[in-house]
Amino acid sequence: MFLIDPILNVCERLGRRLLMLFSIVGRLVMFAFHALRDVLVPPYYPKLIGQQFINIGYYSLTVVGLTALFSGMVLALQSYTGFARFNAESAIANVVVLSITRELAPVLAGLMVAGRIGASIAAEIGTMRVTEQIDAMTTLSVNPFQYLIAPRVLAGTLMLPVLVFIADIIGVFGGFIVGVYVLDFNPYTYIQQTWDFVQAMDVISGLVKAAVFGFIVTLMGCYCGYNSGRGAQGVGAATTNAVVSASILILIFNYILTQVFFS
Amino acid sequence: MKNFKIEMQGVKKSFGSKDVLRNVNLDVKKGESLVIIGGSGTGKSVTIKTILGLIKPDAGKILVDGQDVTNLGGNDRDEYLKKFGMLFQGGALFDSMTIWENVAFGLTQGQKMSKKEAYPIAIEKLEAVGLKESIAQHYPAELSGGMQKRVSLARAIARNPEIIFFDEPTTGLDPIMADVINDLIRKCVSELGATAVSITHDMASVRKIADSVAMIYEGEIIWHGPIEKLDNSGNEYVDQFINGRAEGPVKF
Ligand SMILES: Nc1ncnc2c1ncn2[C@@H]1O[C@H](COP(=O)(O)OP(=O)(O)OP(=O)(O)O)[C@@H](O)[C@H]1O
Ligand SMILES: [Mg+2]
Repeated sequence: MFLIDPILNVCERLGRRLLMLFSIVGRLVMFAFHALRDVLVPPYYPKLIGQQFINIGYYSLTVVGLTALFSGMVLALQSYTGFARFNAESAIANVVVLSITRELAPVLAGLMVAGRIGASIAAEIGTMRVTEQIDAMTTLSVNPFQYLIAPRVLAGTLMLPVLVFIADIIGVFGGFIVGVYVLDFNPYTYIQQTWDFVQAMDVISGLVKAAVFGFIVTLMGCYCGYNSGRGAQGVGAATTNAVVSASILILIFNYILTQVFFS
Repeated sequence: MKNFKIEMQGVKKSFGSKDVLRNVNLDVKKGESLVIIGGSGTGKSVTIKTILGLIKPDAGKILVDGQDVTNLGGNDRDEYLKKFGMLFQGGALFDSMTIWENVAFGLTQGQKMSKKEAYPIAIEKLEAVGLKESIAQHYPAELSGGMQKRVSLARAIARNPEIIFFDEPTTGLDPIMADVINDLIRKCVSELGATAVSITHDMASVRKIADSVAMIYEGEIIWHGPIEKLDNSGNEYVDQFINGRAEGPVKF
C-alpha cells in the first residue's frame, strides 16, 4: 500500500497538470480565433492600426537593426576561423547569407520584439484590465478585441516580416564589412558570391517565420494582459509570462517551420 | 411584472471557494432610483457587474425589459449595452485619452459619431458635473481624485442611457460637490426618465437620491423597500447599518 499511494499521488498530480495545460492551450486557441475574426469583421479602427504599425515597426527598427548587424559581423568572423583551415573562404558569404535569412534574422528579431513589444502590450492591456478600463470600454459598446487586440495582432503579423527583411539586408551588410575590412576579401567577389548563393526560398521562408513570430508575440502579449490577475502583481506576472511564453513558442515554431520548409 | 426594468432571480456567483453572491433576488422598477447599501466586500459591485454581463453568474437569471440577458454575446450584447451607463467605483478612465475624449468615447467610438458633433456634448456633460471646458484637453492623471470621479460620471451619462449604474458616486468628494452629484442623479431620473441603481455608503446621499433601498448582506438581498420605510424597516440589520452602530447582528 505505501508504495501504491505515492505513485497514485504522482499520477494524479501529473494528470492535473496535463489537464491544466490542455485547458490553457484551449483558451489560447479560442482567444486566437476570436482575435483573428475581429481583425476581419468591422468596425475597423484605422487610426489605431496605424499607431500600432509605427509602434511595433518603426520603434523596433534600431534594436532589430543592431542585432542583425552584429550577428552578421560575428558570423563572418567565426566562420572564417573555421573555414580558413580548408582554404574555403569563399564559403563565408554563403554561410552569412543563409544563416541570416533563414534563421538568425527572424529568430533574433522575434526574440527582441518579444522583449520590447510583447512586454509593453502585456503591461498596457494588463493595466487596463486591472483598472477596469476594459470593462468600461465594453459598457460603452466598444469591443476590446476589436479596439485593443486586433490592431496589435495585425500590426505585429504584418510588420515583423518588414523588420526581418531590413534585418536580412543589414545582417548581410555586417558580414560584408567584416569580410572586406577585417578579412581582406575582395568586395566585388563577396557581393557576387552572396548574390549567387541566396535563393528566393531562403528569404521567403524567413519572412513567413517572421509573420508567425509577430503573430505569436502580439497574441501572447494581448492574451497575458487581457487575462491579467488583480493588482500590480498581476500585471507584473502577465508581463513576464508574455515574454517567456512568446520566446519559447518562437523557438518551438521555428523548428517546426524549418522542418516544413526544408525537408 | 411588465414594468420591471431589471429583474434578478436567484443569481449566484463564487470566486474560487468564496461565495460572493449566494442568492440575489432584486427587482428594479422602470424610472425609479434604487440604492443598494451594505457592508464593504459584500458583493454590491459584483451585483451590478453581473447585470452588465461583465461577470457571468454561476446560476440564476437576469431579465432586462423582460428579455433574458444572462447569456448574451456578440452584437446582441453591444446593442444591449447601449442602454446602460456605468460609473465604475475606481473611475476607470482611459489614461491614454484626454478628458473630453474619455467623456465622448461611447459616442465617437461606440456609435461612430463625428468628433465635431461629440465635443459639445462632452463639454455639456462636463459642465453638468461642475467641471470647466478648460480641462477638456488634459489627461486623467493630471486631475485630482474627485475630479476624475466626476469625469467618469460625465462619461457614464454622456449617451443619455436608459439605465445608469453609479458605483459610489460621491465617495471622495467634498460635501458640497457630493450634493451637486446627488442632484444630478436625481435629475437623470426625473428629467431624462432613466432608471438608476446606485451604490453608496453615504446615508445623506441615500436619503437624497433613493426612491427605494435594498440592503445586501452575506450575498443576499435581506431587505428591499421604499425610502419612506427605511427608518422603520423592522429589520435589525438595516437599523444597525443606517445608524452606523458597531453593535448588532452584522458580524465582522
Ligand atoms: N474579479 C474578481 N475575482 C475574485 N474575487 C473578486 C472579484 N471581484 C470581486 N471579488 C470579491 O468579491 C467580494 C465582493 O466584492 P465587491 O467589489 O462586490 O464588494 P463591494 O460590496 O462592492 O465592496 P465595497 O463597498 O468595498 O466596494 C470581495 O470579497 C472581492 O474580493
Ligand atoms: Mg464596490
